[in-house]
Amino acid sequence: MANMKVEEKRQQRTKMSGALMLIEALKAENVEVIFGYPGGAVLPIYDKLYDSGLFHVLTRHEQGAIHAAEGYARISGKPGVVIATSGPGATNIVTGLTDAMMDSIPLVVFTGQVASNVIGSDAFQEADVLGITMPITKHSYQVRDIQELPKIIKEAFHIATTGRPGPVLIDIPKDMTTAEGEFDYEQDVHLPGYQPTIHPNHLQIRKLVEAVSQAKKPVILAGAGVLHADASKELQQYAEQQHIPVIHTLLGLGGFPADHPLFLGMAGMHGTYTANMALYECDLLINIGARFDDRVTGNLKYFAPNATVAHIDIDPAEIGKNVPTKIPIVSDAKEALKELIHQDGKRPDTTAWLAQLAEWKTKFPLAYQNDAQTVKPQKLIEMIYELTNGEAVVTTDVGQHQMWAAQYYKFNKPHRWVTSGGLGTMGFGLPAAIGAQLADKNATVVSIVGDAGFQMTLQELSVIQELNLPIKVVIVNNQSLGMVRQWQEIFYEKRYSHSLVPNQPDFVKLAEAYNIKAFRAKTEEEARHVLKQAFSLSEPVLLDFHVKADENVYPMVAPGKGLHEMVGVKSCEESLQ
Amino acid sequence: MTVNNRPGVLNRITGLFTKRHYNIESITVGHTEIEGISRMTFVVNVEDERTAEQITKQLNKQIDVLKVNDITDQAIVARELALIKVAVNPTVRQEIYTLIEPFRASIVDVSRDSLVVQVTGEPEKVEALIDLLKPYGIKEVARTGTTAFTRGSQKTAASYKTPFII
Repeated sequence: MANMKVEEKRQQRTKMSGALMLIEALKAENVEVIFGYPGGAVLPIYDKLYDSGLFHVLTRHEQGAIHAAEGYARISGKPGVVIATSGPGATNIVTGLTDAMMDSIPLVVFTGQVASNVIGSDAFQEADVLGITMPITKHSYQVRDIQELPKIIKEAFHIATTGRPGPVLIDIPKDMTTAEGEFDYEQDVHLPGYQPTIHPNHLQIRKLVEAVSQAKKPVILAGAGVLHADASKELQQYAEQQHIPVIHTLLGLGGFPADHPLFLGMAGMHGTYTANMALYECDLLINIGARFDDRVTGNLKYFAPNATVAHIDIDPAEIGKNVPTKIPIVSDAKEALKELIHQDGKRPDTTAWLAQLAEWKTKFPLAYQNDAQTVKPQKLIEMIYELTNGEAVVTTDVGQHQMWAAQYYKFNKPHRWVTSGGLGTMGFGLPAAIGAQLADKNATVVSIVGDAGFQMTLQELSVIQELNLPIKVVIVNNQSLGMVRQWQEIFYEKRYSHSLVPNQPDFVKLAEAYNIKAFRAKTEEEARHVLKQAFSLSEPVLLDFHVKADENVYPMVAPGKGLHEMVGVKSCEESLQ
Repeated sequence: MTVNNRPGVLNRITGLFTKRHYNIESITVGHTEIEGISRMTFVVNVEDERTAEQITKQLNKQIDVLKVNDITDQAIVARELALIKVAVNPTVRQEIYTLIEPFRASIVDVSRDSLVVQVTGEPEKVEALIDLLKPYGIKEVARTGTTAFTRGSQKTAASYKTPFII
């Protein structure tokens, strides 16, 4: 009987082209939006897309498409979908793939390819995309048999979104988009070589419970793994239950409320004094979903020198990679935290430790000297924070503005922070904001970018205008490549080699050319005024803030130094002077 | 290590070694008893246990990798094959025959001024034979690299001082 049903179904299944299969598969995956750019090799796909009812965003560059997909994925929690054509279309997404790989963003990326019979002949717009992208994707496919296409797409979505998320690429030769085959999308995914461990090992959990009960100075370092696992609630519950303070990595921000008394701030090269000192002094370090990046640890020789290290990560290869780990727990962060919350164990006595941390927090807060005659970048971020009630989705590029945003925008909720962490990609913030806004249409989205990075992907203003996305583009304009300039000031005797750009274009006029409202501000008062105006408008606005150009990001851990050797920390009294 | 026999899989693995800065001493690849599954044997020189563990973990992350086994310290059968072309004139030919006999090597090609010796065995044995043949003048050597798997019984497993084999 059952067999007959299967047989019936098979007979009902009509043959369709590869292009149509792709469309049907995206529908079956409930894809809400596709970011892409057409070209020769994907014309059959775009033809089927034309009247498919699927929402496609034409970005103005393929890099814009993939960063937008990343922004979408971070806010929605769903995989971002990208289509690019063969050759240059595909090579233009290389940066985005690497970015997504480094920051574990789920993407399913389709690239066109020249027809199977000319692959390898250096045909027009041919590039070995599979070869190029192998080290920067979680997995990749080239379609060689039309009958395999549905299975490949199904596997791609599965691989991108499970375990440690990441980008999966499907390279489709043009003839595969026109060839016909049976579309069967109901088969189960069967991947013997891919079985992520989701549930923690009970013995390891007990070991951690035991270590926690004996700790005097425990600390939790929480990374983006907490956000990917949607484990913010559990993290807070566990930290409160055990009275353990929490530190975030750059990408983890928002996983734990910034205004919580147990929160110590961000750790690392530009982390808070308290967070970095806590990592240096702690006797038990519980890493949850962070990968001990060098920007977080500083010189490993001085990293958490007295601590027993426990590491919860869904990717076993991250455990012990950089920091020797005594208690390895391969697990989804949420599952491990749930397990930990329900364990019986003596709660550690952290009273003295918390008192010490509280003292540091009061004595050495993040600080800067304000100057109302200019726009201080830190002040600018604080104003944005106030005017958006701390509820905005914030996207950034990489560099000084990114660090100030991370330091001074206090994220109290998860999935509000979209930044390029591991790869540190200039030009990420603007297109990422497009994806973020499409993922959460009611959110206030602020794209904080530098004057240099902005110009790497500014063509996407066109998309913002076309879709009338009420994104506020904030340019922290210091007429320089700020972080490069800062390093040259500190480590290269102020030899500002190619980092000063005094002739930046008139960004207000530029925005107007794109039919986007724009304002400029050069003092604190003007800044507050234009920000208020911008946030009162339900349309896109570009804001050009001429900030104090030689402002540096502090505290700072110089490369090769330990976290405890950070410079630029001022006590409360000093910074008031 | 067993892998899905898919296009590009060797590229994926060697690419991973390059990306993570590991040097491959030798690779062998061939079909297994199961259709669609290949066995790859790598010999990699590593500095410490931690690197060996990291390589194993990174390989395991590959979707097409089915099973990774670090067999460095296990009881294993490890073999490689070498073809050695030795320059010989007829007067020393007999000497070579005698020399290779304990190695259970064989002569697979003879010409007027050279002959080709084929030897199979553990890499050390192959090394030893090459050393012995050197004085006669070696024209060419082709080695397959080590292929290996664990013995049926691990009872006699001892700690061998061999490079990292997966």
